[in-house]
Amino acid sequence: MLEKIAALLNEKLDIDTADVTLEASFKEDLEIDSLDLFDLVMSIEEEFGLEIPSEELEKLTTVGAMVDYLKAHGVE
Amino acid sequence: MDKVAIVTGASRGIGRAIATELASSGMYVVVNFAGNEESATETLRLVREAGGDGEIYKANVANEAECKAMCDDVVKRLGKVDVLVNNAGITRDKLVMAMSDEDFKSVVDTNLLGTFHMIKLLVRYMLKNKGGRIINIASVSGVLGNAGQANYSASKAGVIGLTKSVARELATKNICVNAVAPGFIETDMVKAMSEGAIEAGVASIPMKRLGQPEDIAAMVGFLASDKASYITGQVINVDGGMAI
Repeated sequence: MLEKIAALLNEKLDIDTADVTLEASFKEDLEIDSLDLFDLVMSIEEEFGLEIPSEELEKLTTVGAMVDYLKAHGVE
Repeated sequence: MDKVAIVTGASRGIGRAIATELASSGMYVVVNFAGNEESATETLRLVREAGGDGEIYKANVANEAECKAMCDDVVKRLGKVDVLVNNAGITRDKLVMAMSDEDFKSVVDTNLLGTFHMIKLLVRYMLKNKGGRIINIASVSGVLGNAGQANYSASKAGVIGLTKSVARELATKNICVNAVAPGFIETDMVKAMSEGAIEAGVASIPMKRLGQPEDIAAMVGFLASDKASYITGQVINVDGGMAI
């Protein structure tokens, strides 16, 4: 799953896949602004076939938090 | 797949003309209405007559849950929404000293909060669709102010601010957000005014005549078209020169 998210980040925002670790914060480490993050979430929803409520987004500040959320919602 | 448009408050007046205009360019038009199903059905007939197709959909834009149900259902069935026209609006004209909180809030809830609801819900899908157009119907009253319309002009000035902020947020995402500010247009909303008020209104229009719903629809049609892809965050006055 981490690889898929890294691939999306690379494809959409030209982020080096090596920088995408579980600990990486979207804003501080990957320097993604909130609009790009929202856009990324749209792609994640499409890729993994689920919907992440807007209210949840505030909590998903790191790649690891995103992975945990997806796992908790049935994504393998 | 044809482009899909949602026009709020499309059962009559300017909304009906906009729905018909968008249909004439081949769009599938969701004719939203809050109460008057008969009029909405007539709009749908005009949409089909204009060469497009569509459906009617009842939802009160002031109610977020109703907006969500409509937007989710439309996207689920049609896969996308390309164009959102926030046209639904009401008036409760009174002098400010006679205006109740309820008069003020009900107008703001439909005109401003309703516009916000629809934008918030559909931007998500426009991002997924990698583009879209949002056209908000403001008013000359929101640009210049108008005695007796403290609530209405505040709501429409709010729509203009909302338009500009959302345009800035979404500019890099190929989503253009603009407002059209009609002047005095010959609709039921204006017909409800007293004869004296209409006469005084017309006198204040440099072109000395009321506008027609089609005048507004033509501008909305342009902003929704591929020709307008470099225009965002603007307020375009279609008012016979009132706001010069």
